[in-house]
Amino acid sequence: MSAIKHHIPDGMLAAYAAGTLPHAFSVVVATHVSMCAECRSALHAHQSVGGVILDDTPGISVSGHLRGQTMALLDEPFRPAPTYERRGIYPAPVIAALGGKEPEWKRLGMGVRQKILSADDSGIVRLLHIPPGQAVPDHSHNGLELTLVLQGSFHDELGSFGVGDVEIGDEDIEHTPTADTEMPCICLAATDAPLRFRALMPRLLQPLFRI
Amino acid sequence: MPSLDIPRDRSNASLIRYDRFRQGKTVAETKTAQMTPETIWMLAVRDQRDKQAFSHLFDHFAPRLKGFVMRGGTSAGQAEEIVQDVMLTVWRKAALFDPERAQVSAWIYQITRNRQIDVARKENRPIPEELRDASECEEDASQIVGVEQEAAQLREALNNLTTDQRAVIEQAYLGELSHSEISKSTGLPLGTIKSRIRLGLNRLRQELKGLR
Repeated sequence: MSAIKHHIPDGMLAAYAAGTLPHAFSVVVATHVSMCAECRSALHAHQSVGGVILDDTPGISVSGHLRGQTMALLDEPFRPAPTYERRGIYPAPVIAALGGKEPEWKRLGMGVRQKILSADDSGIVRLLHIPPGQAVPDHSHNGLELTLVLQGSFHDELGSFGVGDVEIGDEDIEHTPTADTEMPCICLAATDAPLRFRALMPRLLQPLFRI
Repeated sequence: MPSLDIPRDRSNASLIRYDRFRQGKTVAETKTAQMTPETIWMLAVRDQRDKQAFSHLFDHFAPRLKGFVMRGGTSAGQAEEIVQDVMLTVWRKAALFDPERAQVSAWIYQITRNRQIDVARKENRPIPEELRDASECEEDASQIVGVEQEAAQLREALNNLTTDQRAVIEQAYLGELSHSEISKSTGLPLGTIKSRIRLGLNRLRQELKGLR
């Protein structure tokens, strides 16, 4: 893997640690951190700040029974939450978002396929499968878009992006990401608002595909 | 300033050998004397399933956790449920505690925020892949102490901020600011601790490389 050049901004990592980042973006951050030593250590730094703040928080006495109750539960059997492991190009957070299943791709047109991992009021996160050399329609965003490369690479007006790189698009940016030619490009993409396509056809299709 | 009202027992600090209960890691005993009581208790919980050490951790963190959670507007009763969940997670997931990367309170901070978000969303939030691996090497006590010292410096830096600056940082890490609000607020004091953490991480990566 070549070195990662495009990282998660610090403020976003802090929001991820604090838990205020919308779910869709958190999936991308957790996945990037799974691939990137630099952002992982930056995340630990944010956790350290959080730890200092926790440690400095004035304590409030807990009820007398809480300690004994907790101690008594230490030997109780418990069912750990399912954990997922990286599979091929997909780091554990993607596999977790897929519920451990293979992605079921849906056609978007022009050979582009998608698998929506989660969609709610705060945003949508999806996998995109773009054939070699194919451009994703020219679009801009009403909000923020994070695109993390999991396989292959793409380039657009902002630069070139390889495995592990994150592109951050906001409403000021119109771009046409184009997959490089050597292999299909697979990305994890999150948006907090629907994309705006310039051409009419994709606009008409938009409600259908929730892009 | 950190509260000092909790008894800090350093008496057995240099006597314990911390054999990791799963990975067979050890921390050289001579160095543990320099570690904070919280780290020593946490290592005893992780490596020896030491319930007394856990009760010390409970006494130290439970009131702070309750105060921390209630600052977000949670009721006392619900806060205590979260405190119990968090402390049980500390016990059950102790094997994941890695003192070379961040101090005990950092690990517990993240468990707490994760728990609060899971409660709010009623589903598990996305978390990064664990790096922990079947590494048989000794943990580097000087790295552990280094991480703690950086955390102490971080605390000092935070205490030297103006009240307003400090308030913004607290709001950010208590989960009261959106990511764009955090990005707009001026620089977080992370420089030194980042490089220290990087050291620990690089070391871990090297170890993992040797195993794969």
